[in-house]
Amino acid sequence: MQSDLIAEVEETLKRIQSQKGVQGIIIINAEGIPIKSTLDNSSTVQYAGLLHQLVMKTRSTVRDLDPQNDLTFLRVRSKKNEIMIAPDKDYFLIVIQNPSD
Amino acid sequence: MEIVYVYVKKRSEFGRPCYFSDRPAELHADLLPDAALAATFLARDPCDVGAQCAPDVSEHEVNTERFESESRGINHVEGGWPKDVNPQEMEQTIRFRKKVEKDENYMNTIMQLGTLMEHSIKQNNAIDIYQEYFEEEDEEDEEEVTDAKEQPAAKTINVFRDPNEVKRTASSLSWHPDGNHKLAVAYSCLEFQRAPKDMSFDSYIWDIENPNRPELTLKPVSPLVSLEYNPKDSHILLGGSYNGQIAYWDTRKGGQPVEMSAIEHSHRDPVYKVIWLQSKTGTDAFSTSTDGQVLWWDIRKMSEPTERLVLDLSRKENLENALTAVSLEFEPTMPTKFMVGTEQGLVVSCNRKAKTPAEKIVCTYSGHHGPIYALQRNPFFPKYFLTVADWTARIWSEDIKESSIMWTKYHMAYLMDGCWSPVRPSVFFTVKMDGTLDAWDFLFKRNDPTLSVKVCDEALCSLRVQDNGRLLACGSQLGTATLLEISPGLCTMQRNEKTLATAMAEREAKREKILEARQREMRLKERSRSEQSKEDESRELDGEVTTEDLVARAEKDFFQIVEAELKKMEKDKEDEKVGWKMCCKLLDQNHTLNLTVVSLAELRSTSLFWHHLVGQVSMVTLDLNELRWSH
Repeated sequence: MQSDLIAEVEETLKRIQSQKGVQGIIIINAEGIPIKSTLDNSSTVQYAGLLHQLVMKTRSTVRDLDPQNDLTFLRVRSKKNEIMIAPDKDYFLIVIQNPSD
Repeated sequence: MEIVYVYVKKRSEFGRPCYFSDRPAELHADLLPDAALAATFLARDPCDVGAQCAPDVSEHEVNTERFESESRGINHVEGGWPKDVNPQEMEQTIRFRKKVEKDENYMNTIMQLGTLMEHSIKQNNAIDIYQEYFEEEDEEDEEEVTDAKEQPAAKTINVFRDPNEVKRTASSLSWHPDGNHKLAVAYSCLEFQRAPKDMSFDSYIWDIENPNRPELTLKPVSPLVSLEYNPKDSHILLGGSYNGQIAYWDTRKGGQPVEMSAIEHSHRDPVYKVIWLQSKTGTDAFSTSTDGQVLWWDIRKMSEPTERLVLDLSRKENLENALTAVSLEFEPTMPTKFMVGTEQGLVVSCNRKAKTPAEKIVCTYSGHHGPIYALQRNPFFPKYFLTVADWTARIWSEDIKESSIMWTKYHMAYLMDGCWSPVRPSVFFTVKMDGTLDAWDFLFKRNDPTLSVKVCDEALCSLRVQDNGRLLACGSQLGTATLLEISPGLCTMQRNEKTLATAMAEREAKREKILEARQREMRLKERSRSEQSKEDESRELDGEVTTEDLVARAEKDFFQIVEAELKKMEKDKEDEKVGWKMCCKLLDQNHTLNLTVVSLAELRSTSLFWHHLVGQVSMVTLDLNELRWSH
């Protein structure tokens, strides 16, 4: 059962990676430690540190505005690429993509 | 009724200390209203009383002291690892990661997040939500809108002050060739023998983001008058110094010059301009100074120049007769030609590849009254070049040597430097001694600058536009380099600008050619007439009137008239303390030159304007401060 799950997780990540324009995937835990990453170590550490803080701030903002609300997804679009962050209670999934043009 | 109060004291009690005590009030006098007096008054109804309902405020001005700020960064190291895991140890971290990956919670979470993420990714790939439709139309609309509404403006972004106590003039600026994030500024004191004793010789390279501290200090042996980055190798800088030597620096090697030219073979006067040449090795440069020479150098061998040219118009290589140069021009697209701007107001065009030194000097362009501080070819149309000298800026065409094709009006202050905009063929900038920066667009307005900005109170001595045309740096007499950003209107090329500029320039050139032709005709006629008259008359006017004769005569006349005028002025100069006005007449052979004079505005220098008549072009410039006469 577990091995199936493991295989599925791997498959999901591979599928995401193979999408058009995806530059990298990082999975970090609630403390900001990168668990899995397709980028090099220094970038990973940089992204993990910075985005972790950003998500915390965003989440607290959303909840301050409306305590019943919660953050489901965060997209940061910049000139060169788009950083998408899917937060959860314990882990964050971060994908860096170059948009379609 | 008289009100009197009497108080009695015994003589023996005089001088005793007072003891005060309370007692009830006593009515001493009671004045009752007198009805008769009331009749002399009239009751006023209503009364106008002013009341103000505004709060009391006062105005205060506060000037804060200069706040020195520094940028610092903090480097974060990995954290968040649990206590038992050492982040440096690869094994431990890998083990931790593997453990997490086996966690079921992790896997479920990732599955969920994965589907969510895939959805977004596919969204991105499906359609570009920020795509611009009708892009071209938008641009056109925007352009027109901005043209109509936007006033050309320049904004000061940063100011770089000379960190030394004793302020020196920022005599030359050079932008870093790649990326333009650095600005090299050369500081020196250009007043003759007025450099203060403890003046520092250093010049600085500034990073434009940090105006508090220069990025690198260059320490030459003598203050640098001109400084240029090597366009091919951005680490190398070449500087021309006040004592005539040339030195080059490598920014990787620090502030000391890598090599200096030998003093016997260098210039004898401050090196006013150095320019890098286009060559395979990227190490060639040439320099010029007021000693009348143009020297070519290869920086690998600085002990002596590779070539020498003496700016002697009679082509005899005579240093005494040479013209003294203050500016130099070289355009990489025309590597064989270069131009020199002289103190005498002539632009000399030279050919590098001439076989004999005599042939090096090709032609001269005259028309300015004072030293030519800036000389630059138009980056889009190399046939036209800009000169900035005395109180005007002029645009010349290479073919027309008698006069410029376009010129600005005579300003109130001396123009010190100027340059073309690298992105717009019809825009150029000039700086003046009263601290203003002017941006001229000769397609838009010919009489006045399109934009005139007062940058500072002291004179601005140098100017350089960055390659993208957007940023400009100008250096002032007190060593302050100001970085300005120009509004997009002045740095984006308009439609048809190139064609319009060429058309205008050609039209002006044609006009000048026609005028020149007419002048020549008239001169020929006169000459033939005067030759006839000379044959008829036996009396000749002293044959060759020598220069000294003329000068002596002129001086005598001048002093006579000055004295007469002074006497007249003292009479009517009682309430005003404005300035002097002098009128002068100079006799020169058959013609009289009427010189009208400018009133002394700032007690800096008086200069005489002159009209030159068709025919004789004999000019006498008088500069009272320096008492120098030149023909």
